[in-house]
Amino acid sequence: MSNTHVFRVDNLVSGYENKTIIHGIDLEIPRNKISVIIGANGCGKSTLLKTMAKLIKPTEGDVTLNGKAINKYPPKQLARILGLLPQSPVVPEGITVADLVGRGRFPHQSLFSGWSKKDYEAVEEAMEFMNIKEFADLDIDELSGGQRQRVWIAMALAQQTDILFLDEPTTFLDITYQVEILDLLTNLNRKFGTTIVMVLHDINLSARYADHIFAVKSGKLVAEGKPTDVLTADLVKTVFDLNCVVIPDPISDTPLIIPKGRYHVKDESATL
Amino acid sequence: MIRLKNSSSNSKKKQLDIHAPKHFSLILVIGLILLLVTVFASLVLGARVVSFQELMDGLFYQNQDSYGANVVQKRISRTVFSLCCGVALGIAGVLMQSVTRNPLADPSILGVNTGASLFVIIGITFFHINTAGQYIWLALIGAAITAVFVFGIGSMGRGGATPIKLVLAGAATSAALSSLVTAIMIPSTYAMDQFRFWQVGSVGSGSWDSIAIFIPFLVTGVIIALVSAPALNALALGDDVATGLGVRPGMLRFFAICAGVVLCGVTTALAGPIGFIGLLATHAMRLVIGPDLRFLIPMSALAGAIILTFSDVVGRLIGSPGELEVGIITAFIGAPILILLAKRSKVRSL
Ligand SMILES: Nc1ncnc2c1ncn2[C@@H]1O[C@H](COP(=O)(O)OP(=O)(O)OP(=O)(O)O)[C@@H](O)[C@H]1O
Ligand SMILES: [Mg+2]
Repeated sequence: MSNTHVFRVDNLVSGYENKTIIHGIDLEIPRNKISVIIGANGCGKSTLLKTMAKLIKPTEGDVTLNGKAINKYPPKQLARILGLLPQSPVVPEGITVADLVGRGRFPHQSLFSGWSKKDYEAVEEAMEFMNIKEFADLDIDELSGGQRQRVWIAMALAQQTDILFLDEPTTFLDITYQVEILDLLTNLNRKFGTTIVMVLHDINLSARYADHIFAVKSGKLVAEGKPTDVLTADLVKTVFDLNCVVIPDPISDTPLIIPKGRYHVKDESATL
Repeated sequence: MIRLKNSSSNSKKKQLDIHAPKHFSLILVIGLILLLVTVFASLVLGARVVSFQELMDGLFYQNQDSYGANVVQKRISRTVFSLCCGVALGIAGVLMQSVTRNPLADPSILGVNTGASLFVIIGITFFHINTAGQYIWLALIGAAITAVFVFGIGSMGRGGATPIKLVLAGAATSAALSSLVTAIMIPSTYAMDQFRFWQVGSVGSGSWDSIAIFIPFLVTGVIIALVSAPALNALALGDDVATGLGVRPGMLRFFAICAGVVLCGVTTALAGPIGFIGLLATHAMRLVIGPDLRFLIPMSALAGAIILTFSDVVGRLIGSPGELEVGIITAFIGAPILILLAKRSKVRSL
């Protein structure tokens, strides 16, 4: 399965109140692919993602889906195509897993339709997909961080959108959960052709799991392309201001960034 | 687009869980029974306890000249009125709590009650207004202006109308308006007398006339509340997630607050400010059925009606041969129960 949505950002300028964060970004999201936005803390990754998801109104430029500005779509119609998981969503206490996942069905329900068979199926499938069916009746507060994150992603899956934006879906998770979440998202992408755009902080996992990388620095797009082409020592120096050595990942053959600090270098008097 | 292969046999049970809170039908039945019992008590009990025969006479308009039948008929309108007030306050409470995402929000928290009071006292003092039909418009205007004002202040600065800013703006406004109310009232003995009774909150004056004024507002408010329940469910996940799900948070807040203001303003106009019902009804129900607003809104309405009517009966019994206004009773019943609720860790923050 695949989708044919064209999602473009042209000459985008956006930010908060009178503070401009994104200074003119142009990009087109590769269809049916996993894209990862990388960049230093505070460089504007979340702001970019939020502007692309209509949470922030651009001050200049356009965000378009299939040639039409996203704010021209009726909100629910857009929400059936484009889903979003923000960086740190609010968990209402006392809500059960099934209830939370079910709330992802909102854009598919009309005023009087209530819950259809399709809604139940979508919720059940999303929970199955994220392996959380056994928690269905538990309160969210009874879950661990990793389980909770799976619930949130399941909510986004229940929305059944062709495009999915996720802001740091792996923060606060241990390495095992990080890999598991990324595997599950890859499953989703391979099985249904879902176009995924996410912000990740682990550059090596990004290199491994991304089909396409967007590198952002100070609100500008400084590089994009396949990880193998883009992730060089130079780029890491530009984007993160970090010296490093890039070697092939023994598992995936993608670039593996080995950071170089001031200490614990074999010859500390050497290159700095 | 996502397809499930093995729909297991217990999937039916899971479906029910998503749809309705656990034991929902049982809770609903218990609620309805309590409602019936309360209504029955409200018709029968009071300064004069009526007999079964008198109750029947009153209900079915026989033996019109018997004193008992008359008492019952007065109590019928009073009971219906108090049910209306309870429903209105219960729903206004859930709406305010959802919109501000503050579990302790009551209509009074946005200063809406006080704004309504201020306009009524101005009407009484300076324009010698004294009928319910006039109170209602003053109270509504006062409630609406206050809500707009509080919303305006609460939306200033970063991030728009955040829950915390709304609550702070409401508390400050409420305090300022209360002192205005007192300042206007004190020099005028006429206003004092008129206002004193109204200010406590009482359903004793509930007549078919006031019910007739009440109904259109009540129906409008209830419909808006029920229709916006699914969207409010999404809003509970935060403005960002809600927007991602296709909700317009600003517009939704506006409509929900309007409905809350109308419900609470009209109740305040007709019965005077009655506190705690919104808070109490919603919290009690949230503990039992959870946070899903599609169920919480109607159940809070039911709980509000029961609690208010029950409080009125208690007021009549305690105050006999006169009566204690229901506003005093709800404060007495409400405060300790609220403290109890707050102490139990299971009280949900939103
Ligand atoms: N709500 C807000 N109001 C005003 N400024 C904000 C707001 N959110 C973020 N900013 C500012 O915008 C800049 C970019 O923030 P953004 O959240 O986009 O960074 P980020 O790249 O996602 O960082 P991180 O990796 O830490 O998540 C920061 O300087 C931040 O201080
Ligand atoms: Mg961020």
